[in-house]
Amino acid sequence: MADLQSQDYIRRSATTMTPPSARAHEQEVAKLIDVSRCIGCKACQSACMEWNDLRPEIGHFEGSYDNPMDLGPHVWTLMRFNEWEDEKGNLEWLIRKDGCMHCEDPGCLKACPSPGAIVQYANGIVDFISENCIGCGYCVKGCPFDIPRISPVDHKSYKCTLCSDRVEVGLEPACVKACPTGAIMFGSKSDMTEWAGERIVDLKERGFANAGLYDPPGVSGTHVMYVLHHADRPSIYAGLPDNPRISAFIGVWKGLLKPLALAGIAATAVAGFLHWVVAGPNEVQPEDEAAARKLLHPADKPR
Amino acid sequence: MSNPGGEKLIRNTTAARINHWITGGCFVLLMVSGLSMFHPMLFFLSSLFGGGEWTRAVHPWIGCLLLVSYAGLIVQFWRDNLWNWVDIAWMAAIRRVLANEEEGVPEVPRFNAGQKFVFWSMALLVPVLFSTGIVIWDVYFSPYTTIEQQRIAVLIHSLAAVAAIIIWIIHVYAAIWVRGSVRAMTQGYVTPGWAWRHHRKWLRSLAATNSPGPRPRG
Repeated sequence: MADLQSQDYIRRSATTMTPPSARAHEQEVAKLIDVSRCIGCKACQSACMEWNDLRPEIGHFEGSYDNPMDLGPHVWTLMRFNEWEDEKGNLEWLIRKDGCMHCEDPGCLKACPSPGAIVQYANGIVDFISENCIGCGYCVKGCPFDIPRISPVDHKSYKCTLCSDRVEVGLEPACVKACPTGAIMFGSKSDMTEWAGERIVDLKERGFANAGLYDPPGVSGTHVMYVLHHADRPSIYAGLPDNPRISAFIGVWKGLLKPLALAGIAATAVAGFLHWVVAGPNEVQPEDEAAARKLLHPADKPR
Repeated sequence: MSNPGGEKLIRNTTAARINHWITGGCFVLLMVSGLSMFHPMLFFLSSLFGGGEWTRAVHPWIGCLLLVSYAGLIVQFWRDNLWNWVDIAWMAAIRRVLANEEEGVPEVPRFNAGQKFVFWSMALLVPVLFSTGIVIWDVYFSPYTTIEQQRIAVLIHSLAAVAAIIIWIIHVYAAIWVRGSVRAMTQGYVTPGWAWRHHRKWLRSLAATNSPGPRPRG
């Protein structure tokens, strides 16, 4: 099947039992995007299209280096370009490779109503299993990063797979392979965190006092991490959320409300049944018919 | 109970009954398809609609039909559902009503406070469900709202749906409990005794105007 009989699930959408997880002895992986090394060449975008056989429709020039202008069913990664002036008036060109962050606590998966349409493997990758996707758009609401896109053609939701098919057989994601400057690295999450640490020390020495790693704790960390030269304000990088977390509305809807709603519905039905057992049916009595007859036909003699 | 050849009062017109059952049919389909997308343990219900994708696709259309259908019910029933002081007195006597001891309970017109509660609750919940449903109807309307608005809409939609389902259970049970009520909505008539027992004020208004129902003449 589409998910190659995976037995290394740690999460499976809309599933109340433990998913197949016997083969879960895997290292957690991470993609590290060092924004400070990115030259904006879009090789990663091309590699993504090439490996995944994606061909978005040709758009129009909109006065921006962003091309295309947004993620889409056929655009799973996108360079977002931002011109930013610091306090001293220096211009910085901030380029961020946008795409699925592969949250440790994925909001899309939590919101998904279809069993097995979204899964998370033991290595941390969050994957959409399209044959189970029903196209409802709940993942869009669950995602704190505005990543999934529903195709208007086949009504399936799409996003970066972190090249789960490549990673499964020991290869790095296509974007990593294509990056000419080493701005995109791939490996175990601990290695990537360590590597990022070295790089951050380096950046701080070069005057980026607020350089840091973007691995947001609000979603229990991510399997795509950024090295940012201005980690104190992620939002300057084309609206990267400062403190992403699954919306409280989604939390209530998918947490408290589910059991409470079923309990309320069941309790009402049980209350009705108990009333039937205790009080029983309310039946019209012969006296009622007689009284009604008297009212409707006052002239008649009582029968 | 049975009233072969006996006197009958029209409780609901043919149009009202057809209107009611279109609404009821839509409601059941919406409840089943909606619950399948609400709780994982009920996802199997989506099979009844040809799978999850069909369920997702068809649910909003049934919702549109229900909105129109319920609007028809509002047009036909709103006058007899206006609140008045009798409703408060009736509510005060709810214990006797529940115990099937209706003597001493204030006489009620065509609808009692419980029925009015169902009517007006649905009159509120149906538009809420429709408007929030439009916001989360991803195929056609997702570009017109923000994701945050959609999150709020989906939560309100679920809350309203749960409330509507609970009220629907009360409605269905009351119809089963008060014998003769189901026939009033299938075949359309009740016996005079039924009217005397449950809606005496209504019966008096029909008798006073020599009307066969469902509303007094004039």
